[in-house]
Amino acid sequence: MDATDQKRLLREMLFARRFEERCAEAYHERQIGGFLHLYPGEEACAIGVLEKAQTGSDYVVTGYRDHIHALKSGMDPKALMAELFGKEAGCSKGRGGSMHLFDPDVHFMGGYALVGGPFPLAAGFAKAIQLRGGQEISICFLGDGANNQGTFHETMNMASLWNLPVLFICENNLYGIGTAIERSTVEINQYKRVAPYGIEAAQCDGQDIDIVMAHAEKAVNYVREQRKPYFLELMTYRLRGHSMSDSGAYRSKEEVEEWAQRDPIGIYKRRLVEAGVVTEDEFHAMDKAVQDEIENEVVRYAIECPEPRVEDVTRYVYTEGGNNHG
Amino acid sequence: MAELMYWQGILRAHDEEMARDPLVFAMGEDIGVAGGTYKATSGLFAKYGEQRVIDTPISENSYTGIGVGAAMVGARPIVEIMSVNFAWLAMDQLMNNAAKIHYMSGGRIRCPFVMRVPGGTAHQLGAQHSARMEKVFMGISGLRVVTPATPRDAYGLLKSAVRSDDPVVIIEHESMYNLKGEVPDEEFFTPLEGVEIMRPGKDVSIFAYNISVHWALDAAKKLASEYGIDAEVIDLRALKPLDRAGIAASVCKTHHAIIVEEDEAPVGVGSEVMAIINEECFFDLDAAPVRVHALDIPIPYNHRLEKAAIPNAGDVIAAVRKMFGR
Repeated sequence: MDATDQKRLLREMLFARRFEERCAEAYHERQIGGFLHLYPGEEACAIGVLEKAQTGSDYVVTGYRDHIHALKSGMDPKALMAELFGKEAGCSKGRGGSMHLFDPDVHFMGGYALVGGPFPLAAGFAKAIQLRGGQEISICFLGDGANNQGTFHETMNMASLWNLPVLFICENNLYGIGTAIERSTVEINQYKRVAPYGIEAAQCDGQDIDIVMAHAEKAVNYVREQRKPYFLELMTYRLRGHSMSDSGAYRSKEEVEEWAQRDPIGIYKRRLVEAGVVTEDEFHAMDKAVQDEIENEVVRYAIECPEPRVEDVTRYVYTEGGNNHG
Repeated sequence: MAELMYWQGILRAHDEEMARDPLVFAMGEDIGVAGGTYKATSGLFAKYGEQRVIDTPISENSYTGIGVGAAMVGARPIVEIMSVNFAWLAMDQLMNNAAKIHYMSGGRIRCPFVMRVPGGTAHQLGAQHSARMEKVFMGISGLRVVTPATPRDAYGLLKSAVRSDDPVVIIEHESMYNLKGEVPDEEFFTPLEGVEIMRPGKDVSIFAYNISVHWALDAAKKLASEYGIDAEVIDLRALKPLDRAGIAASVCKTHHAIIVEEDEAPVGVGSEVMAIINEECFFDLDAAPVRVHALDIPIPYNHRLEKAAIPNAGDVIAAVRKMFGR
């Protein structure tokens, strides 16, 4: 990877971090409502994996901590922020909200609130690809908590049985909502849980984007070439609470501090500085530019664009012409 | 015009749609090699192969979800649930994903998903194989719910459902697969909305759907010949959305209404139709509308108890006679 791409990746992670922090502010200002689940600390996972996918063509699906997966899939950040602000120009026209982002134009298929719900959807995208004889793959990002749902086991079985091209990414942040993994799960190494289904799997550090990309490249190539599922577990940590209403009382300060030392942006920045790809000054300038862009382009747009019309509240329940036939 | 059995109508619709569109596929338990519990998919496995006629493991929620996912990216799944009771297990994917995706994506993602389920009581199948779940499905925004009473509509509704861009649940009946009836030889489509007048009459409107249409028709014959009461029998057919105008038109003509359902009374089709009658035709009524319905109990095994739990044509006749004092 050349210096230009390295700088771009660093900027993308920084953008993701600042975007989420700005969302938190807007939430406190009540410009964003509902539940809000933010991604700081996990940026190397979505950005690293999708760097190695064919975004726009491969199908991507995830749970409710979905902002950065949507961005890296190619969603316009303005459409994302407008959605969070409940606006008609939002990616889901203000009908979805933070947990229900959609952009079928770039094959970002959502944004779901039910833990484990996207497993079968991802397999379904792969089934459609298989029927069409396409070369795309389906990529499903979920957390470790989702693996205790029935849909995990049912989908792993069928995806393997039917050779469906799905890449399952497990973002293992060690907590299912507020319960530590060892208190909820017998086998805490998630990649071992797909072995009985005959699915190839690996586990790696999710904080170092170079490590993530190396594993993701292998995983993506495997699924694309073998037309079979693959399971990649990324060991990561969310630096904020589960959602904005989470005090985080279930984690020790020492633990959070220890993981903060392994902040994916910090790791990558240090590496690039040491390699002479960026200087400290350039990094600060980049940070300033990112924050300016978010404030002056993204947030301003979200504030200024209009809300949906109340007269349209029943629109989209059915498709237009859903009763047509023949 | 050929006489077909109910299952043959369903089979013909599958066959025509699968021959026409390579993205139409069927999945469910035992539908392929075994030919389907009710023969409704017999012969399709040999004709279309295992990629398009898929024998699933017993994992209702996730294979439903796979169907939903495939539908979201352009395939046209027909998912069979072997018994409506098992559909409870698939409610997460049906309700949270299939029904809501179009709305919560602001109309950007369509879900042309079809679920076929046999419902109703048969012969001593016990409480866990005798559910009537129409009340559950019709309470879910975003779904279309239809229920064929005849081989003609078993064919025509499936044809329309496959072509619709909305998710459609088709409730068939365990006891009607061998019912015979005329089905036109040429291709046709039964609308997914609107009631059908099965027998015109001027004295009382009897609203029914699925198997209760046959009870109502039997009752109407006797009411005419023995009691001089000319009953209009209306097949509701589309339970969601319900045809308010069609219901009101009949009641405004006859000024009397009876609703007959195989389901329990509380929170059901009957309650909903009665509410519509109150809202639309209160001042046209000459008598309070009456519901004929099953007892609010888990269906018992014993044949006498089972019979006592479910209404029949005699109960319809009794209700009409009481209304008219004859």
